[in-house]
Amino acid sequence: MAVNKFLVGNGAGFSGDRVDAPLPVLKTLIASGLPSAMFFETLGERTVALAHLEKRRDPNAGYEPMLERLLGPILAPAKENRIPLLGNWGAANPPAAARAVAKLAMEKGLPDLRIALVEGDDVTGLVAGGQLPVHEADAGLDMGAWKLIAANAYIGAEPLVEALQQDADVVVAGRTSDPALAIAPLAHHFGWRFDDWDALALGAATGHLLECGSQVTGGVFWDPGFKDIPDPANIGFPIAEVTADGGLVITKADNTGGLVDLRTIKEQLLYELHDPSHYITPDVVLDISQCRVEQVGKDRVALHNLRGQARPDTLKVTASFEGSWLGEGEVSVAGPNALARARATADVLLERLKVRGLDIVRARADLIGVASVHDSDDGALWRSYSGPEPEDIRIRLAVEAHTRDDADQASREVLAMLCCGTAGTGGARWRVTPRILTRSHLVLRERVPTRVIVRTAKEIAG
Amino acid sequence: MTATAKKTVLLHEIAHSRAGDKGNRLNMSLMPYKPEHYALIAEQITADRVLALFTHRGATGCTRYDLPNLQAFNFVVDEVLEGGVNGSLNLDGHGKSNSFRLLSLTVELS
Repeated sequence: MAVNKFLVGNGAGFSGDRVDAPLPVLKTLIASGLPSAMFFETLGERTVALAHLEKRRDPNAGYEPMLERLLGPILAPAKENRIPLLGNWGAANPPAAARAVAKLAMEKGLPDLRIALVEGDDVTGLVAGGQLPVHEADAGLDMGAWKLIAANAYIGAEPLVEALQQDADVVVAGRTSDPALAIAPLAHHFGWRFDDWDALALGAATGHLLECGSQVTGGVFWDPGFKDIPDPANIGFPIAEVTADGGLVITKADNTGGLVDLRTIKEQLLYELHDPSHYITPDVVLDISQCRVEQVGKDRVALHNLRGQARPDTLKVTASFEGSWLGEGEVSVAGPNALARARATADVLLERLKVRGLDIVRARADLIGVASVHDSDDGALWRSYSGPEPEDIRIRLAVEAHTRDDADQASREVLAMLCCGTAGTGGARWRVTPRILTRSHLVLRERVPTRVIVRTAKEIAG
Repeated sequence: MTATAKKTVLLHEIAHSRAGDKGNRLNMSLMPYKPEHYALIAEQITADRVLALFTHRGATGCTRYDLPNLQAFNFVVDEVLEGGVNGSLNLDGHGKSNSFRLLSLTVELS
């Protein structure tokens, strides 16, 4: 008897991922002839907040900006082969995203495409009313002065399963948890109960490994000369093969670059994980502390000993607030005595903030090419640097200010260095960006009712 | 008795790592390429040594989780990102580049 096997493919790991990645995944799923689904994870904490700001500006915006580009090449073949597409691409505005999918479907001649809208994650009212406790990790954050943008709860897989039970071809959700997007099609196919913790753990591990797209197939992994991968310009996105008896194998799209081996799997399994025995999702608490991995073929790795524990009674909520302003400016120096000129430039830029009397909350300088991303705000590493003289250094000033004008004035100080700076200073660039602050809350899950509406493209496009 | 010659190498030569963030916290996995280096890393790459790599950024604590079945370690460093992705002035607000700060530690091969 054939083993009951289901495939889950991933088409995007974040908002901004490669838009040509989904098609090879879909082709591989179709070629397998097995029941399959695809999911797209396009929502970070910051992405949701930015989407809410977009929605304020334009009531038809605030969903994944690449939605049409991601779906365009795959919508018709996915529908034809009955491969549902799930995503949290609704971001702050799932109804607008559903309308965009409907419009695309009408253009592709798919008026009967069934689009599910999953709502209920927006809990802005509860946070605004001060009804939700602050997560212990953020207890020290004082947001008193900041204006709330929005708050969204990380909802689980159950409403997504409901959408699939109603034969949805495309599921449009907002702030679902990332693993829920993989758990849902598996729970739907295998008929998992939402208290079968080991089964749900299998789904959560599938989602966790796949949710960052190419990060499990060679992306953010390759290290030339140490960890080489084939064809890094065309890394294939991942596919999970799950069997009814609890088997899980991770592989990737056919005829693509990248690789799947024990090293890529381990790096992604532990990615953004703290206590490995306690990875909390809305559907299950995943325990990978006893997990074993096994290479079972080229680009095929099996995972064993995944365990689940009961899900928490609460859901995590991310609340975002309008914060202060970030001002950044950069100039370059190169050639003989570059290090001394760069240090002097950094010191003068910081001094200029005081000379000007700008209202700056905090500031830092970086010497890119000497020390920057590993350095502290006070420049401990570049100030104490005693290595070889670098050939080419970029000096960066970054400030946080309460007003846009102060951030702007501070960042423009790099421009003045073209005339007032050290010999041979060039290449000034500067910019100001609004900052968004986030705080985590907890909410009892029964306070977050969800609602699923499935309609055809024709009905939505009306 | 003959003295054993010990060779000092960068951790990068014998292991690989990936960094991720959650708020102001950083996690870094660490995996030896060869099984014989697991015990050596367990002995030499202590939580205290890793914390010392990040004290200049105000890190307050470091926990190491050992995963022998997986032949991996997970380091979690607290209060290290000077505000995290939304609050940091650092170009790398996520702290993703810090896996290579970890790999810049040295180890003695026996």
